[in-house]
Parts: sequence; C-alpha cells; structure tokens
Amino acid sequence: MEYLQIFFSETYKIVFLLIPVLVSVAMIVWLDRRIWAFVQKRKGPNVVGPFGLFQSLADAMKYIFKEIIIPASSNKIIFILAPVVTMTLALVAWAVIPFSESYVLADINVGILYLFAISSLGVYGIIMGGWASNSKYPFLGSIRSAAQMVSYEVSIGVIIINVLLCVGSLNLGDIVLAQKNIWFIIPLFPMFVIFFISALAETNRPPFDLPEAEAELVSGYQTEYSGMMYAMFWLGEYANILLMCALGSILFLGGWLSPLDIYPFILIPEPLWLIIKILLLFVLFALVKAIVPRYRYDQLMRLGWKVFLPISLIWVVLTSGYLMYFDLLPRS
Amino acid sequence: MTAHALFFYVFSFIAIISAIMVTASKNTVHSVFFLILDFISISCLFILIGAEFLGMIMLIVYVGAVAVLFLFVVMMLNVAQQKNKWFAATSGSKHIPVGMIVSLIIFFELIIVIGGWKFKPDLINNISNLNIPTTTNTHMIGNVLYTDYIHLFQLSGMILLVAMIGAIVLTFRQREGLKRQSYIKQISREKKDGVELVTVKSREGIKIDV
Repeated sequence: MEYLQIFFSETYKIVFLLIPVLVSVAMIVWLDRRIWAFVQKRKGPNVVGPFGLFQSLADAMKYIFKEIIIPASSNKIIFILAPVVTMTLALVAWAVIPFSESYVLADINVGILYLFAISSLGVYGIIMGGWASNSKYPFLGSIRSAAQMVSYEVSIGVIIINVLLCVGSLNLGDIVLAQKNIWFIIPLFPMFVIFFISALAETNRPPFDLPEAEAELVSGYQTEYSGMMYAMFWLGEYANILLMCALGSILFLGGWLSPLDIYPFILIPEPLWLIIKILLLFVLFALVKAIVPRYRYDQLMRLGWKVFLPISLIWVVLTSGYLMYFDLLPRS
Repeated sequence: MTAHALFFYVFSFIAIISAIMVTASKNTVHSVFFLILDFISISCLFILIGAEFLGMIMLIVYVGAVAVLFLFVVMMLNVAQQKNKWFAATSGSKHIPVGMIVSLIIFFELIIVIGGWKFKPDLINNISNLNIPTTTNTHMIGNVLYTDYIHLFQLSGMILLVAMIGAIVLTFRQREGLKRQSYIKQISREKKDGVELVTVKSREGIKIDV
C-alpha cells in the first residue's frame, strides 16, 4: 500500500513536469519560427489562432494523421526505436532540473553528471536512425552528427569542470546556491560564450546543422522518416535545445535566483525566474539561427578540437590556480 | 526493501540477457546495441547500491564514448558480411583451442572472485568499523584517489596518453600531392588579392592569365 502511494505521488509529479515541458516545446517551435521570420522581415506563422500561437498544434495534428512509411530494406526494430530513444532521452533529463530549492523531481547528488550522461546518450538516437534507414544520406548525416556531438561534448565537459571547481558539489541545487553572491557568468564569461556555442553544436542547431545540411544531405538522418516518427525526432531536438538553455541558465545565470534581492524582483516566484532565463537563452539560440551562415565541416571540427578544447583547458588551470592562490576552494 | 529487490532483479535480468545476446545475435551492429544495453543496466545496478558516481561515469565513459566508437568501427567496416568468413570452422583453424584457453582462464578467475564472497561478511564488518564520515561517495573517491593513489592515478593517465599518441603515430602518414585547405590562408585573403578591376577595350577583349 505504501509503495502504491509513493508510485502515485511520483507519477503525479512526473506528469506535472512532462506536460508543461511538452507544451513549452510546442510553443518554443512557434517562437523560433516567429523570431526567425522577424529577423528576415517576414511574418512567419500568424494565421492559426491569435498571433499564430496554435500553429504547432496544427502541425502536430498533421503529423499524427500522416502515414508512417517504413522503408522495405530498413532494419525495422531499430528504425522505430531511434525516434523513441531521442524523445525519451530528451524528456528524461528534465527530472533533475531544479525550478526552485524545493521544486525538483529528483534531487540527486550527481545531478550534473546525470545531465551530461543523458546528453551524451543522445547520439544513439541519431546513429540508430541513420544506420537503420539503410540509405546513403541518412548514414552520412548520422556519422557527421555523431562525430560532431562527441567532439563538442568534450569541451562542454571541461566547461562544467570549471563551474564545479567554483562550487565543490555535483548537485544542481548547490550549483545554483553557490551563485548567490555573483552569477558565474561574470567571472567565467569566456566559458559562458564557449558553452553557448558548444550547446549550439551539441543540439545540431544552425550554424552547426551539418547533420541535416539540406543542400548536401537532403535532410540527414531524418530523410527516411515520416509522419509521427519524424515529429518525434523534431520534438526531441527542441526538448534538447530547451534542456541546454536550462543547463546554461543553471550553470551560469544563477538558475532560479533573482538578479537582485530587492523589491520588484522578489515578487516574481522563483520557478518563473528560471523560465525567464531559459527563454532569454532560447531567443539567443533563435537569433543565431537567423543571423549566422552554416559552417563548413572541417571548420566545425577545427573549432571544436583546436580552439575550444585548449581554451577551456587553459581556463581550468587558471581557475584552479586562482582559487588555490587566494584559498577560495570550496570546502566540504 | 521489496521495491529495491524488484529493481535489482529487473536490471540484472536485463544485464544477463543482453550479455548473452551480445554473443548470440547474428548481426554485429545488434551485438553492439546489446552491449550498450548491458552497460546501461549495469550502471543502473551501480546506482542501486548507492555508487551513483561510478554509475554515471560508467554511462559517460563507456556508453557515451567507447560504445560510440565500437559502433562506428562496426558500421564502417561492415563486419557483418565478413563475420561468417572469419569464424567459419575449417580443418586448419586454430581459434578454437585459443578460445578454450582464454575461457578457461576467465572461468578460474571467476571462481576465485566467487571464493572471495566467503569473506564478504568480515569485509563489511571491517568497513563499518572504520568510522567513515557520511559524505557523498564522489567526495570519498576524490579523497582517496587524489591523496593515497595519486601516483597510480597519474600513471594511468600517462598510459592513456602514450596509447593515444601511439595510435596517432601508427595511422598518421603524409602523402604526396594532397590538397589541403589552409585556414589561415583562407581568412587572411583580401579583396585586392582576389578581384581585379580592368577596363576592357572594345573589340579587343582581355587576356586572363589563369
């Protein structure tokens, strides 16, 4: 009986986390397209509902009622599993995101490692999709994408080490509370820039959207997918983007903390601050998509391995040296 | 406790089944996917006994990096077609005795490990007598790894570095007549190097040197 109660209360919490995430993913797609259009002086989706807000719902309806075509020569089980893996991993990671000191689904000790592990598992959805399609373009796209994600994970890992040096704990709540005096974006600003660019590459966003570079690879690993399975890839991708924004705002922008502890700011509830920060980062993501042209593949690899990795490694040495010299290392 | 035991049996069942499927499945890529499933369920088992740091590191290192490389190699080499050729038992094949020796060694090692379980209750008693402070196991590992075992830790890092450099040296070769893109050259190119404005005389044209 006791287990049943735990089971139901946890399910309740999970549902109330997942539904807002899914709805906000749909809204974020609309926002992305609107911003993209705004920069290019177009109107964007503005027909369905007020300001076109229901455009994503209309798209979802279309995807649901489309026929799912599974290529005859594909490896069927893995072909179906690939979008499921992408979607699941993108949603599972939200379990550890703290919306305030008490609003967190799983307050685990190794929260940041969990997020890192989940984002490194994200490669599998793409590789599985590309390989199981049994076709040239998806395979090339998936190999490109896997190489890209593995390379940029290295620099994200080193950047996370930078932050952890200043915090002294792997718990996401502790990371936010350590920024009570000053957000890490100020002392670690170069790391924030590199994190932002690496996050763009990690989520296959433009200017690093080489896996689906439509001029060369039709649509990369998604070429053979249709209907709801394509939509699941797409939703998983946007959920991942939101997750990266959340990670960035927790690591550098002080998570749920308000910028100043004074009157008008403390009226806004803590979870809302995190959401505002996530949206702010997402607007930056969308602006980059509209402004910057696509990178060439060798430039992308060069940027990851020869520029970002050395800079972030040197920054680790600098940070630890500084903390050591002034005896600021966090004690536990 | 019941829920704990239930989770333990579910994960260990998945781990054992997928470990068997790694060797049993015909398609090599499927084997790698089963290997990944095995890694994931074993890291779940680690988390279940409270070793959350080890479990996460297992996910990041083995699943996130090593298994991706496995998958790459298997997909690129197309081992599936050659597998039957390699492993078909012919009269002159020597791999069966070698395999027998290796499996015998592993078998005896396993017996030794299982023998160690006899002393497990004593071990647990000794550990609980040590008065270990109740911090997270990440702290505990760090406390031991960077103080008592720092030399071994550094040594293992050096071994990995040597292996990496060795792999690069083995595969790196400079070929003649290879066209490379120089990044510095490309971005330091200016308009006056690439474009020239010429006034063309009518009916004469212009000679372009290419």
